[in-house]
Amino acid sequence: MIPAAFEYHRPGDLSSALALLQEHGDDARVIAGGHSLIPMMKLRMAEVPHLIDLQAIDALRGITIEGPRVTLGAMVTQHEVIASDALMAVAPILGEAALQIADPQVRYMGTIGGNLANGDPGNDMPGLMQCLDASFHLEGPEGARSVMAREFYESAYMTARADDEILTAISFTAPRGGYAYEKQKRKIGDYATAAAAVMLTREGSTCAAASIAMTNLSDVPVWSAAAGAVLVGTDVGKDAVKAAVAAALADIDPTEDNRGPVAFKRHVAATIIARAITRAWGRA
Amino acid sequence: MNDLTPDRDDRVAKLKGLGCSRKRVEDARFTQGKGNYVDDIKMPDMLHGDFVRSPYAHARVVSIDASAALALDGVVAVLTAKDLEPLGLHWMPTLAGDKQMVLADGKVLFQGQEVAYVVARNRYVAADAVELVEVEYEELEVLVDPFKALQSDVTLREDIAGETSGAHGERRHPNHIFLWEEGDKAATEQVIDSADVVAEEMIYYHRTHPCPLETCGCVASMDKVNGKLTLYGTFQAPHVVRTVASLLSGIEEHNIRVVSPDIGGGFGNKVGVYPGYVCSIVASIVTGKPVKWVEDRMDNLMATAFARDYWMKGRISATKDGKITALEAKVTADHGAFDACADPTKFPAGFFHICTGSYDIPVAYVGVDGVYTNKAPGGVAYRCSFRVTEAAYFIERMIEVLAIELGMDAAELRRINFIREDQFPYQSALGWEYDSGDYHTAWDKALAAVGYDGLRAEQAEQLAAFKRGETRKLMGIGLSFFTEIVGAGPVKNCDILGMGMFDSCEIRIHPTGSAIARLGTISQGQGHATTFAQILASEIGIPADSITIEEGDTDTAPYGLGTYGSRSTPVAGAATALAGRKIRAKAQMIAAYLLEVHDNDVEFDVDRFVVKGAPERFKTMAEIAYAAYHQAIPGVEPGLEAVSYYDPPNMTYPFGAYICVMDVDVDTGEAHIRQVYALDDCGTRINPMVIEGQVHGGLTEAYAIAMAQEMAYDDMGNCKTATLMDFFLPTTWETPHYTTDHTETPSPHHPIGAKGVGESPNVGGVPAFSNAVHDALRPFGLRQLHMPHDHWRIWKAANDLGLHD
Repeated sequence: MIPAAFEYHRPGDLSSALALLQEHGDDARVIAGGHSLIPMMKLRMAEVPHLIDLQAIDALRGITIEGPRVTLGAMVTQHEVIASDALMAVAPILGEAALQIADPQVRYMGTIGGNLANGDPGNDMPGLMQCLDASFHLEGPEGARSVMAREFYESAYMTARADDEILTAISFTAPRGGYAYEKQKRKIGDYATAAAAVMLTREGSTCAAASIAMTNLSDVPVWSAAAGAVLVGTDVGKDAVKAAVAAALADIDPTEDNRGPVAFKRHVAATIIARAITRAWGRA
Repeated sequence: MNDLTPDRDDRVAKLKGLGCSRKRVEDARFTQGKGNYVDDIKMPDMLHGDFVRSPYAHARVVSIDASAALALDGVVAVLTAKDLEPLGLHWMPTLAGDKQMVLADGKVLFQGQEVAYVVARNRYVAADAVELVEVEYEELEVLVDPFKALQSDVTLREDIAGETSGAHGERRHPNHIFLWEEGDKAATEQVIDSADVVAEEMIYYHRTHPCPLETCGCVASMDKVNGKLTLYGTFQAPHVVRTVASLLSGIEEHNIRVVSPDIGGGFGNKVGVYPGYVCSIVASIVTGKPVKWVEDRMDNLMATAFARDYWMKGRISATKDGKITALEAKVTADHGAFDACADPTKFPAGFFHICTGSYDIPVAYVGVDGVYTNKAPGGVAYRCSFRVTEAAYFIERMIEVLAIELGMDAAELRRINFIREDQFPYQSALGWEYDSGDYHTAWDKALAAVGYDGLRAEQAEQLAAFKRGETRKLMGIGLSFFTEIVGAGPVKNCDILGMGMFDSCEIRIHPTGSAIARLGTISQGQGHATTFAQILASEIGIPADSITIEEGDTDTAPYGLGTYGSRSTPVAGAATALAGRKIRAKAQMIAAYLLEVHDNDVEFDVDRFVVKGAPERFKTMAEIAYAAYHQAIPGVEPGLEAVSYYDPPNMTYPFGAYICVMDVDVDTGEAHIRQVYALDDCGTRINPMVIEGQVHGGLTEAYAIAMAQEMAYDDMGNCKTATLMDFFLPTTWETPHYTTDHTETPSPHHPIGAKGVGESPNVGGVPAFSNAVHDALRPFGLRQLHMPHDHWRIWKAANDLGLHD
């Protein structure tokens, strides 16, 4: 559990960080909170000769709420998310999800950007951001661009971010209606056996809009358009929930690991999704 | 007299002796980060060791090329078996009469096995060099299933392939280690085969790991000028380590000093001798410099001693009205690659034959087959006396299965089979003499405390609601009544490597009335510095706050066999009391002289000797201590010191009643613990607060073991649980709340009646948690579900029972 030797860089602004990435190419990686990368380096599963720490770049910090638009700097920590009253007022689902990530010590260091950019299918924020239809803002040598969360993830640890780009911010429109982030895990600090993010909007007694995404049930986060569509126009009663769950399960592809076999994960996913829908509807 | 009473109470309170919830004196330094652990030790020019470990569970080592590692700046040496062979140290004896490779000698037998030992100027270079050692392996067929290992043509231990007998008798297969038997086999079979009711079940107690927060490690320092070897290490038995180190190295024992500094938990993991210690000593002898080796978490989980892994085939018979008539246990014990269990020499299955439990069972038989597989060696007592958790789990599961067979309430079945109070001392069918107990009182108290009948009614209501589709949660009530056997043990039948399992205490009273006591044990968090001072305070009348307790330095402490198996209080605690009584006897003579009366005319009273019938005439212990060093007393040697080596006449038999109530979610497999009630009877209670802490800690381990914690391997022998992501160590978040309670039945043969408690909650807790899971699913036909009861296994049980249809 001792990493190989590496050079440590701590640039003070984004352009310096990008220049370092350019200079060292494949030998360099940026580090945010480090709670995925450092264990990988200690296990020597990742060798990073040049580690570029983003902590000193103020431009990557801060939570901005302008009208309905919410922008999170990539270096905003999970703790800052939870502690932000303004953010909790407009998007409480972020806090509900962040509180289910690891433990307080990890949340003081772990960042939204790191959680999103690493591409680990176990991370909770990617599914949530797909549920919220968020945009990811990237900067690289060619300039800035945005990618939708729902188009960002290609396979485990593979994303639309180029190696010489840095995720700088995330933005989304503050959601309306009911919400829930439901997660089953074996213990504190574990990745989800199954987790679901659900946003529902109610008009009268029927569901006007629905967004459902899932975590750790495939090699990428899964936003199930079909599951949401099934709920729209219904009373989110027992049969509608059942149909939405069936639609969601058609979109997942879990694999066996120490958490259990595939059949178990699919059953748990069904239970978790149903609970998330029911809870979200109760808040809608 | 009345006006003297409060004064006496004050004096008693001031001592902080037996029965006082004295705050732990160790905690000031531990809670402030001021402990001194092995990894805190830094010495000038100290080198660092690290292992090249096998990625394979079974493979031939074709070649080892260390040239690239040796070329790295800062690397001092790379040791392989070839380097150790001329010293005779490429293999070492285990505590179980087997031998174990120190470094891979021609082949590897488990994943994580030590192959080469790198010595470098710092820890980082050592880790880099490990990567550079090139080892060529030729993979061999892997055996991870002990039943298949006994059928296989593959011989794991080629070094003893032709030997048809081992340290514990006949070996009937190359992968067989021993068959150990106790009890009357023929009579047991005869009773069971003709019984009214027989319950039969295979009970598996899975492989797990003690996983102390601090991993194992040492610093070896050979002083070539004076020929002395100093070995600092995480040793639960420092004196035994000194003797073993002397026997292995040829260094005379007086030239070896072993020091156990603060230890961050042991739980049996730190009893044995590991390759890291041997290699560090050799490296220090070769280089003449101190060498430190400290495991990381993966090293610890993969390579140092595991616990349990017992497949227990049981048969239990009873009359139609539930009176148990016989018990049979046939165990297949997976010992891994080497038999490195840490049991007393004559007991290769430890004290598993305590498995008749708390019940009056007239005839019984135990047969344990030890088997080699391609897993890490070990089989240590993880917070229990030797194989006692396995035994307690076995009988407490068999009782539950028998209750199903009889259609009887399991609480009642226990009650009608308990050994009665008037039967103590009780001779068990498997050869033990239980010292004391009052099981019925404890059981009734426990059932009343939880409101057992009400819980059963509530459970029935919840079951009905489940069947109506109103809930997906089932309520389970887990019962457990356990009897432990601790305090090993009488020298006549308990030894480790030939050394009798006595223990010791040496006391020096200082002239101003304070004291130091040194013991042969070593605290790893048990709080010895707190509780042994309390024993002594009550015995010699000096306040516990004025007594220093010191352990772990073999140059200063008297010889003892160490701390494990809840033996410290039963054995060293007894030595402490008896050494204290020697002090008191001498103090009495001094007091009589000072008071100018005959020895028999003074009596001990809390903190002083008083003239009988004249309590105003007295000498306090402080005055007596002063006189011992400052006054010529005819016929009495100066000074006030004593030493006692205690050979216990018997083991002690703590017992307890634990009850767990939980809800099991059949869809997610999650178990929510509602309530855990733990009644312990550990005899005389020295420090109720320390006892409560011990019980909380042990219950938390029991909860982990029963519900999720395991060492799992795939078919290739890859360890699947080598990090704390997959190996469950509960945090405060997962840990349930506990209610503790007690009865007090002193041991008749222990000087202060104390029995030991540190391990009871692990022993009794596991069946309580496991039985609750079983009880929840019992209405649907569940008889036996192997631990750990993690989410997917509970889900699978529910699925197999048709609860998802």
